[in-house]
Amino acid sequence: MFSASSKTPHKQPRKQSISIGRGTRKKDEDSGTEVGEGTDEWAQSKATVRPPDQLELTDAELKEEFTRILTANNPHAPQNIVRYNFKEGTYKLIGFVNQLAVHYTQVGNLIPKDSDEGRRQHYRDELVADSQESAKVVISETENLEEDEDPKELETEPGSQTVVPAAGAAEKVTEEELMTPKQPKERKLTNQFNFSERASQTFNNPLRDRECQMEPPPRTNFSATANQWEIYDAYVEELEKQEKTKEKEKAKTPVAKKTGKMAMRKLTSLESQTDDITKVSQAAKIVERMVNQNTYDDVAQDFKYYEDAADEYRDQEGTLLPLWKFQNDKAKRLSVTALCWNPKYRDLFAVGYGSYDFMKQSRGMLLLYSMKNPSFPEYMFSSNSGIMCLDIHVDHPYLVAVGHYDGNVAIYNLKKPHSQPSFLSSAKSGKHTDPVWQSELVHIDVIKLKVEGSTTEVPEGLQLHTVGCGTAFDFHKEIDYLFLVGTEEGKIYKCSKSYSSQFLDTYDAHNMAVDAVSWNPYHTKVFMSCSSDWTVKIWDHTIKTPMFIYDLNSAVGDVAWAPYSSTVFTAVTTDGKEKKGQEVQKGPAVEIAKLDKLLNLVREVKTKT
Amino acid sequence: MGETEGKKDEADYKRLHNFPLVRHSDMPEEMRVETVELCVTACEKFSNNNESAAKMIKETMDKKFGSSWHVVIGEAFGFEITHEAKNLLYLYFGGTLAICVWKCS
Repeated sequence: MFSASSKTPHKQPRKQSISIGRGTRKKDEDSGTEVGEGTDEWAQSKATVRPPDQLELTDAELKEEFTRILTANNPHAPQNIVRYNFKEGTYKLIGFVNQLAVHYTQVGNLIPKDSDEGRRQHYRDELVADSQESAKVVISETENLEEDEDPKELETEPGSQTVVPAAGAAEKVTEEELMTPKQPKERKLTNQFNFSERASQTFNNPLRDRECQMEPPPRTNFSATANQWEIYDAYVEELEKQEKTKEKEKAKTPVAKKTGKMAMRKLTSLESQTDDITKVSQAAKIVERMVNQNTYDDVAQDFKYYEDAADEYRDQEGTLLPLWKFQNDKAKRLSVTALCWNPKYRDLFAVGYGSYDFMKQSRGMLLLYSMKNPSFPEYMFSSNSGIMCLDIHVDHPYLVAVGHYDGNVAIYNLKKPHSQPSFLSSAKSGKHTDPVWQSELVHIDVIKLKVEGSTTEVPEGLQLHTVGCGTAFDFHKEIDYLFLVGTEEGKIYKCSKSYSSQFLDTYDAHNMAVDAVSWNPYHTKVFMSCSSDWTVKIWDHTIKTPMFIYDLNSAVGDVAWAPYSSTVFTAVTTDGKEKKGQEVQKGPAVEIAKLDKLLNLVREVKTKT
Repeated sequence: MGETEGKKDEADYKRLHNFPLVRHSDMPEEMRVETVELCVTACEKFSNNNESAAKMIKETMDKKFGSSWHVVIGEAFGFEITHEAKNLLYLYFGGTLAICVWKCS
């Protein structure tokens, strides 16, 4: 420590107040050492005031310079300290004397950073600084400062400590309060003596993760190539289409004149309608047939397997099992006048509707049914006059020849969708004036037999004159030009197409009108005839008299040979019984079934052998 | 004669094939009409810059119909793409350009 006296006798005036303050605050004063100089300082309040005990020196002595050497030695420290050494039991002179003179001490609480406590505090401070604001670091610093001051106070007022502890505390508080307004950013310090802190935490619901993902929108691939030629082609195509549509419109417009316009609209609407329906028609047809098959399933089974135990001969009923019933609303009140199987499509057959009532004659219908669909006919044609007979061409199974009551013959073409016959004989082309009883399609020629007693060939117009009226005829199976004609009087004429004026032969067959004539399919010479005189007769065309005669006790309406046997035939009588006869035995062998007024027999399909 | 006819045809078809021809589309009717119009506008506006036209189309489609549309405009290219169902349009325009617009995020 420096000895503070480097004064010249000329002393500068000093401010005494500071030294007084310092003086009051000194702690460990070496009160003995600096009394002398201190009193000098004390006495000298002003330069002009000369104390009475001041040395009176001459000016020369005053100017004399005294050199003082400043050393670090403590001038007041004794240089000859002797201590008693207990070990040796003597007083010993201590050579080295502590030169340290302590003027002021203060116990501080600064801790070196690297010490344990320092590190701990630093660590704690760091934690605190992390969780709180940075201002709080300042707070802690100020706290430290406060703490510094607190012990200061405590020590400076050792005496007054016990006396006024409250005051000290109050001072502390005031000091703290003084501190707080100075730093408003810091948090409010809690007073540990008057306040207590309470905290509580409600239960937080545990957190849950919920995820959801929608289905992504559907994706598809697409690929194409864009080239100049592709683009060009596409455009050309498009233009062509446009031109076509334009042409169609142009073509339609000139046709549409007056009422044509309405018709056109109807046509177009119809077209569009039919377009819509025709696409479905095929499928609908198949579905309809399926439904029918399911409905009439047992019937179909019976039809397929007809040699069933249930089909044995039953008394009174015979072995005839009715399978299907075909009826149509539009053909109500009309009698079935003609039946014919289609030679090509075995399930298709044609039914002609008309009326046998000669007083009332109304319209007629031609329906073609398929066995696969008994609920609705496949084809439907209506005509003004009742249909008396029909036949389907063998080679062209789409041609149906129909004979009307008013003498017209019409040919329907099933291929075309028209509902009108493709050929209709009229007054011009030599039609008949009386009902056409029977027609047969041979090749493309239509041969009609009419009541008036002439057989004609259309379109050749070959006419044969007969004495009476023809009621039935049949062509020879092998000899093409040969045919038989049965008349109302009961005679049968054998005719030829080439001889138009004469008959080849005549047979006196029956007493009453000949209802049907039929050649035997296997015995080409044999033919059969039936008539209303209750008889069925079998002839050889070379012999004038019949070979067999069957008496059936009622008028026979129709007769037909069985296609599978040369000796079996079927006859239908007006009392509703159908009889099957064997040629070998005379007389009907088996009575088959009762039918209500069956007047027509459908000739079984002539198989081509 | 043939040459002049050929040239005439060329000019003809350029004039004739100018309309937008939709080659393939599975968009709903309304959307398709709008998109075709937009493509026509864009291609006419940026007739010499396919990229800008495509950019315009793509941005407009994004705003109108949702994000992530893709647009390709060109005269000769082949492609194979996966697109969201009912969000594809492939059309020809101007006799030479092919435009393919599809959405796929």
